[in-house]
Amino acid sequence: MPGLIETIKGQKVAEHRPWPRLVVNEDSWRFATSQLSAGQWTLLGLWGDAGAVHMAVLDAAVREIAVVTMPCPDGHFPSVGALHPPAIRLERALRDLYGLEPVGLPDMRPWLDLGFWDVQCPLGHSRDALQPRAPYAFLPVAGESLHQIPVGPVHAGIIEPGHFRFTANGETVVRLEQRLGYVHKGIEALMAGASVDTAARLAGRTSGDSTVAYALAFAHAVEAAMDVEIPPRAVYLRALMAELERLANHFGDIGAICNDASFSLMHAHCGILREKTLRTAQACFGHRLMMDVVVPGGVARDLAANCAGQIAATLDEIRRLFPQLVELYDNTASLQDRTASTGVLRGELARQFGAGGYVGRASGRAFDARKTIGYPPYHRLDFDVPVLETGDVNARVWVRIREVEQSLRLIDQILQHLPTGPIRTTLDPAGEVREGLGLAEAFRGEVLVWARLEDGRLARCHLRDPSWFQWPLLEAAIEGNIVADFPLCNKSFNCSYSGHDL
Amino acid sequence: MRKVLFESLMRRPLTEAAPATDEEMLAELGGSVERAARRRLGRSLSIREVDAGSCNGCELEIHALNNAFYDLERFGLHFVASPRHADVLLVTGPVTRNMREALERTYHATPDPKWVVAVGDCAVGGGIFSGSYAVIGGVSGVVPVDLHIRGCPPDPIQLLKGLLALLEPT
Repeated sequence: MPGLIETIKGQKVAEHRPWPRLVVNEDSWRFATSQLSAGQWTLLGLWGDAGAVHMAVLDAAVREIAVVTMPCPDGHFPSVGALHPPAIRLERALRDLYGLEPVGLPDMRPWLDLGFWDVQCPLGHSRDALQPRAPYAFLPVAGESLHQIPVGPVHAGIIEPGHFRFTANGETVVRLEQRLGYVHKGIEALMAGASVDTAARLAGRTSGDSTVAYALAFAHAVEAAMDVEIPPRAVYLRALMAELERLANHFGDIGAICNDASFSLMHAHCGILREKTLRTAQACFGHRLMMDVVVPGGVARDLAANCAGQIAATLDEIRRLFPQLVELYDNTASLQDRTASTGVLRGELARQFGAGGYVGRASGRAFDARKTIGYPPYHRLDFDVPVLETGDVNARVWVRIREVEQSLRLIDQILQHLPTGPIRTTLDPAGEVREGLGLAEAFRGEVLVWARLEDGRLARCHLRDPSWFQWPLLEAAIEGNIVADFPLCNKSFNCSYSGHDL
Repeated sequence: MRKVLFESLMRRPLTEAAPATDEEMLAELGGSVERAARRRLGRSLSIREVDAGSCNGCELEIHALNNAFYDLERFGLHFVASPRHADVLLVTGPVTRNMREALERTYHATPDPKWVVAVGDCAVGGGIFSGSYAVIGGVSGVVPVDLHIRGCPPDPIQLLKGLLALLEPT
């Protein structure tokens, strides 16, 4: 089978690692778009640059990744979203930030620019914002007996801000339209010109719940660009933190989903397991969320003394308590009644959008960056990627339950094989231009980071949250469900607002 | 389910002892909270959390206040779903330009007397995000702030200390 790279005609960029980047003409760009829309390849990301657009594509059959770049000196390029809907929001965002025009984009409304910035196109040829702006046009609805429910940006719970516009017929949701961008902080602009250390801290604060995964993806990108290898002990410590983060988040989610079905007992017990995991992280790495511990070149601090034993004790406790909770979930008919067959995401959509994490894996898409792409130390560790087919809230709960079990297995092996030795290599700031692409599997899916370094500083960095390809699917999954089941469906997706809005 | 419930009856609670309130935080509050307002509210506060641009790290730790270890409600503190029911706004994040109006409207929807507690390093002055075209900066740039709780993110004990300071008699 021909590899992905051979089929794209373009000029290979020498300084890009570890996967190739190809500068292409319009024909090759259109070819890549057609491969995406035909389902041959999966879109991993699409982002702007000074006078160019990049897209990262995955050929899952041969497990190859490539970045395709089309220079657009005239400020426009053929829209990918015109043929491949998963790109639409990415292109709307790119248009807001860079002012590059995706020709043929079916939806030209702004996405991240809600009309409150002083500048337009802050990353491109920025210009002062024009005031005032026409109000945002939600999609029109027509039909009898329809009513609309606007929700947010400030929600009822302790959650992030975003706006949901429901159109309902009685109890039934006939359309959900999301409007995001409220927590856009301009992270990519802050990264431009930043030192590697500052940029790593920013990456770790793109979505706080995935701080380890973001720091890891960023470190992968920078280390690939600089072509450095990090000490084996750091590789294992990173994986240990990544799995602790996954455990804590999955406990939180399993409890919170049940809580949204009014079953607070599960929430209380899962909250205890989450807290115990965070306290273990605090004891071992000095921070409950393990922020700023993964750094380019290795890890910033070693495991505190006697911590391997403490982690093992926490795992023992989880192994004792968690199966009881799983049994409780499985045997409570009133809870199952809420989660089974609710919020079904069809497998075709999950595959078309390249949905990662439990959203994709509960709908039959067996992608996990740790396995499908693979990065150290996971290629040396034994674990399974649980995949289910039903695509409902229940399946998303079960994928999380199975992933908790896999993370426990992984941590056992990590502790068993934890190498000794140094934990950090110093990075030599290279004078020339270096580029790298990094991936890391966060609890909700794969985080993609692309970085270009010049003189040892970040010239351009793009961070793509897994939520970009999950948020649109929530709109599809909620259709035909009752309004009261929205919190349940939303929690089962648990997309990041901050990671998406950047 | 019976087994899980029964075990809970037999076990000692996990809840931590209440932390001592933070002197520094009390001092910051001293000038801003009037005795009369405290008498009207008693030792019970309803809190509305507003994420005005946070990375969601602070939200995770605020959530943790409700778990069995910290059990916020034993102090008469509880989270409410609407600013109209709230005495305290707990605001996180560097305030983004896109959230400014929503924060202002939430503030105005909260009945007097009210307090604003800014949570996290970003909420103090914008933190690592200050200087961005998309960020205004600290919460006090948009609404008056009575108390800052620092940290990135502040852990639940730090949050608890700050909130208990609101209840301490001056």
